[in-house]
Amino acid sequence: MLEYVKPMAANNQPYELPDEHGHFGQFGGIYVAETLIPALDELREEYQRAMKDPAFLAEFEYELKHYVGRPSPLYHARRWSDELGGAQIYLKREDLNHTGAHKINNTIGQALLARRMGKKRVIAETGAGQHGVASATVAARYGLECVVYMGAEDVARQAPNVFRMKLLGASVVAVESGSRTLKDAMNEAMRDWVTNVDSTYYIIGTCAGPHPYPQLVRDFQSVIGEECKVQCAEQIGRQPDAVVACVGGGSNAIGIFYPYIDVPGVRLIGVEAGGNGVETGRHAAPLTSNARPGVLHGQRVNLMQDENGQIVDTHSISAGLDYPGVGPEHCYLNEIGRAEYVAINDDEALTAFHDLCRYEGIIPALESSHALAHGAKMASQMSRDQIIVINLSGRGDKDIPTIARLDGIVL
Amino acid sequence: MSRIQNAFTRLKAAGQQALIPYITAGDPHPGATVSLMHALVAGGADIIELGVPFTDPSADGPVIQRAAERALAHGVSLRQIITMVAEFRKADSDTPVVLMGYANPVEAMGYEAFAKAASAAGIDGLLTVDLPPEEAIDRVAILKRYGIDPIFLLALTTPPARARAVAELAAGYVYYVSLKGVTGAANLDVGSVATKLAELRQYIPLPIGVGFGIRDAASARAVAAVADAVVIGSRIVQEFEAGESGLAGRLTDFVAGVRSAMNAPRA
Ligand SMILES: Cc1ncc(COP(=O)(O)O)c(C=O)c1O
Repeated sequence: MLEYVKPMAANNQPYELPDEHGHFGQFGGIYVAETLIPALDELREEYQRAMKDPAFLAEFEYELKHYVGRPSPLYHARRWSDELGGAQIYLKREDLNHTGAHKINNTIGQALLARRMGKKRVIAETGAGQHGVASATVAARYGLECVVYMGAEDVARQAPNVFRMKLLGASVVAVESGSRTLKDAMNEAMRDWVTNVDSTYYIIGTCAGPHPYPQLVRDFQSVIGEECKVQCAEQIGRQPDAVVACVGGGSNAIGIFYPYIDVPGVRLIGVEAGGNGVETGRHAAPLTSNARPGVLHGQRVNLMQDENGQIVDTHSISAGLDYPGVGPEHCYLNEIGRAEYVAINDDEALTAFHDLCRYEGIIPALESSHALAHGAKMASQMSRDQIIVINLSGRGDKDIPTIARLDGIVL
Repeated sequence: MSRIQNAFTRLKAAGQQALIPYITAGDPHPGATVSLMHALVAGGADIIELGVPFTDPSADGPVIQRAAERALAHGVSLRQIITMVAEFRKADSDTPVVLMGYANPVEAMGYEAFAKAASAAGIDGLLTVDLPPEEAIDRVAILKRYGIDPIFLLALTTPPARARAVAELAAGYVYYVSLKGVTGAANLDVGSVATKLAELRQYIPLPIGVGFGIRDAASARAVAAVADAVVIGSRIVQEFEAGESGLAGRLTDFVAGVRSAMNAPRA
């Protein structure tokens, strides 16, 4: 049985966040229109009951094992580590999960909640399409109707995933408003939810949005870190010096970080999308660029905005990181200094993408390639007996058309 | 007495309900807004809800989303909108103006700076749709210090305990969202509005306005029979999509039509 143990913060104070209104310090909360408040109350109450229900937890664990294929391996990337000539790199292989990314851990948990709540219809927003695919997958698995909102720009750049969602029986709605990316898909999903709140469960795909989403997504994803701790002990005999993960909204990162928050000596490093470079303004790195806190999508978080509080367009080569905010718990971990946040630019991510293909025979997602690139930078500065775990959040099949296009190849 | 209180007192004495049209500031361009506000008053608007455009209007339907996009294409800012109201006040010192929008533009300006500037410009209230009472307490205190009424939303699904919490914070009036959905949806059920308002009035001493889904003179008249104020948004903003030519006249005519239906004697 999975155990949900509350970690301790480094200073030995119990780390019990969020508070009852969803606050992580000054971040998080519930900033939504009154019409959604009862739905969020209902979700929070059902979630609290579910997490104390052994039958729910057992089913979640069963599904993770038999449907997703967990535990995902912790793999020593020996050839790449040798090439870099520094720390040993281990990859937490979320790319090997059913549907090819960590997203499925969360969608299974939330679909089970939807079923408990008697909802027959689920909706989701998606950027790269991985969360859309994971939502469409569990909707098929549990017999739920599924509608996925996706920014029109992302529909174009992630065509294989759009087709996958349709194969799985979901309808995909291309969102034409705003910047036509992930944030606009989230706006449209919230509009659908507020209209169809009686019949519909909204599966948010990252640890963002109004309380209780950041908490429940974290809890469902923390299986990554729980497994990693056990695997490190078994395979290496100790915990790593650093854990590195890419951060869009931050769900794969919080999933692997959370169980390590109270483990001293383990650096936690979140890698944001630097786009063309943080200094160019064309990026998706709210923490690295010191974006001011603001309110969007039901939460108070560090937010890329102009001086008038309008949300600015973001840029990243990876659709899954192209979001102007970041989950509230990351904002908090950044503020208290327990986790560090850095940015990796498009071209650095691409180099890491190709390196992993060539040195390890693994095609990583472009999102995960940001974590790989930073992990590689760190490794070369560290000694051979040091250890870095990189969360390989997804596989790169969906990105092959993008990579081909960059290389001038028409498939 | 505040302008909003004044308006409701005057209407009550006349046995009437307030008509509150909504337009988005800066739509179709910043130079148009002040004269369009006067056009609304000329048609019989009692209070104006002036929308502050936001890049991510997740509680709005397509009509008001497009209005926000038109306004933002001109880079309209909250500070600029405050200036527009100051301009409006030069010719109209009575009609209350409530800013309506999302939390972030106000957060970015800062509540203290906003409240001070808004009060000096003659703004009467602020409604931020994504700021529920839980998060509002400190912010409301600042607004009230400057005489800005915090306007809150109530919904079909709002339980009594929350209605009481809202009553403690709210001033001016409260805004009852008459349907499940975004602005501009068309599934208003007047019967259920009447039942819910009767319940809410047990907890809320303030006037209650009803909005979302009111599209014409008939639905406005029906709602006016049970509410203290009728808010019309998307149907008015729709007029902007027909182009700027003759817009002020169309707004005045539409508002006047609704006003006279609301005022017509009831059998
Ligand atoms: C493979 C992969 N990694 C990471 C992300 C970013 O999301 P998060 O930051 O929530 O893990 C995505 C989002 O689509 C993804 O597909």
